[in-house]
Amino acid sequence: MSDSAFITALQLIANFDPELLAIVSLSLRVSLSAVIIAAFIGLPLGAALALYRFPGRAIIIVVFNALMGLPPVVAGLSVYLLLSRAGPLGEFGLLFTPTAMIVAQVILILPILVSLTRQRIEELHGEYAEQLSSMSVSKARRIPTLLWDARLALITVILAGLGRASAEVGAVMIVGGNIDGVTRVMTTAIVLETSKGNLALALGLGLILMLLVALLNGMAYLIGEGTKRSLG
Amino acid sequence: MTSLSLAHPTCMPRLHFHDVAYQAAGQLLLGPLSLQLEGNHRTLIMGPNGAGKSLLMRLAHGLVKPSSGHLHWCGHVPRQAMVFQHPVLLRRSARANLEYALAVQGCPRNRRRQRAMEALEHFGLANVTRRPARVLSGGEQQRLALARAWLLEPEVLFLDEPTSALDPAAIRAVEDAINTFHHAGVRIVMSSHDLHQARRLADDVIFLHHGKLLEHSPADTFFQVPATVQAKAFIQGELMD
Repeated sequence: MSDSAFITALQLIANFDPELLAIVSLSLRVSLSAVIIAAFIGLPLGAALALYRFPGRAIIIVVFNALMGLPPVVAGLSVYLLLSRAGPLGEFGLLFTPTAMIVAQVILILPILVSLTRQRIEELHGEYAEQLSSMSVSKARRIPTLLWDARLALITVILAGLGRASAEVGAVMIVGGNIDGVTRVMTTAIVLETSKGNLALALGLGLILMLLVALLNGMAYLIGEGTKRSLG
Repeated sequence: MTSLSLAHPTCMPRLHFHDVAYQAAGQLLLGPLSLQLEGNHRTLIMGPNGAGKSLLMRLAHGLVKPSSGHLHWCGHVPRQAMVFQHPVLLRRSARANLEYALAVQGCPRNRRRQRAMEALEHFGLANVTRRPARVLSGGEQQRLALARAWLLEPEVLFLDEPTSALDPAAIRAVEDAINTFHHAGVRIVMSSHDLHQARRLADDVIFLHHGKLLEHSPADTFFQVPATVQAKAFIQGELMD
């Protein structure tokens, strides 16, 4: 049984099955958008948290660290409550759309990007602080400086976010609803097809998901090695 | 040499230390000491490891605040730059490191490249312009740090054991660069535990031992007739505790 499922899965991939393609491309669109948005917010925020000292800073750091383990279903549920018809943002009618899924994934991975960025930037600033102070570089000016100089480490941070976004199922299931052709992504489709007993499609999707994640990590590794060699 | 030059300040700022002391975790690391840095000559801060040389310079440069006492600049607070024992270079090309220093100072974008290239040439780094700064040799890295300091147009240049990790040829290049600053009218304050270097460079010497200021005298006086037994032992190359 599983043998034939495996073969069917490979056939679906090899034939560029349109249903499969639609699901894969929506998955990529949702997760990549979420990572890009979260990176634009999370990287500067993490760097600021590393550089500025203010009352309540420790609490914020602990909260972000704790939220790194936020269960996807909880992230999904909170976005669901916000966007449902009766919720504060209900009038926009975003529930069960890809946009809602992007919002849920941003919430899910933002704490990872903020916390890991803060750690990396704090380390690097430990090394740079005296030199930057000596040149009278302001705190605000240090943020882009350190983000750029930590770019190698930050690629890995962004990948950690992408890994979490593309692998989770709970958040997108709740706010997306797994609607065929509209909000069905790889992880929700795998859950559905498995429960229907359609193991071939589920397995095919699983293979593609793993392949994509491996591909992205491989690319990041090559970029990282290349820059490391040229930057010392 | 190129046409680079620094404005000769009309009056040299003076730095006064008044009973300055620094302690960390309840331990007195430096002082209390009082001294004046004036003129635009080359002051060498000498003493064995742990004497407080780096700390004295960081206090003077304003990187750390004294625990007690105070220091102030007479006249105006001069533009300053500091070169560290291990140069802290950004993870960018040699030229980008210099352009960054110019950008921070508000140098207009279209002038940065040219000024960075002038400085690279001036300090013998024209052939490594586009190389990542952190893969340069130790001597090149230190000269790049000096080039960066040059672009900050300092009136006072602090150097914290800038040659302690370098080979003789690189030491010579760094010392030449320091003299370039000196001839441009920049006040030099440098720490070293290398007696030969001190004899080559020093106009006056500050001698520290266990965080105490034992001597501050012209270099000739210090080397010929040291006033304390500790300085005498140090000059004779004895191992000190």
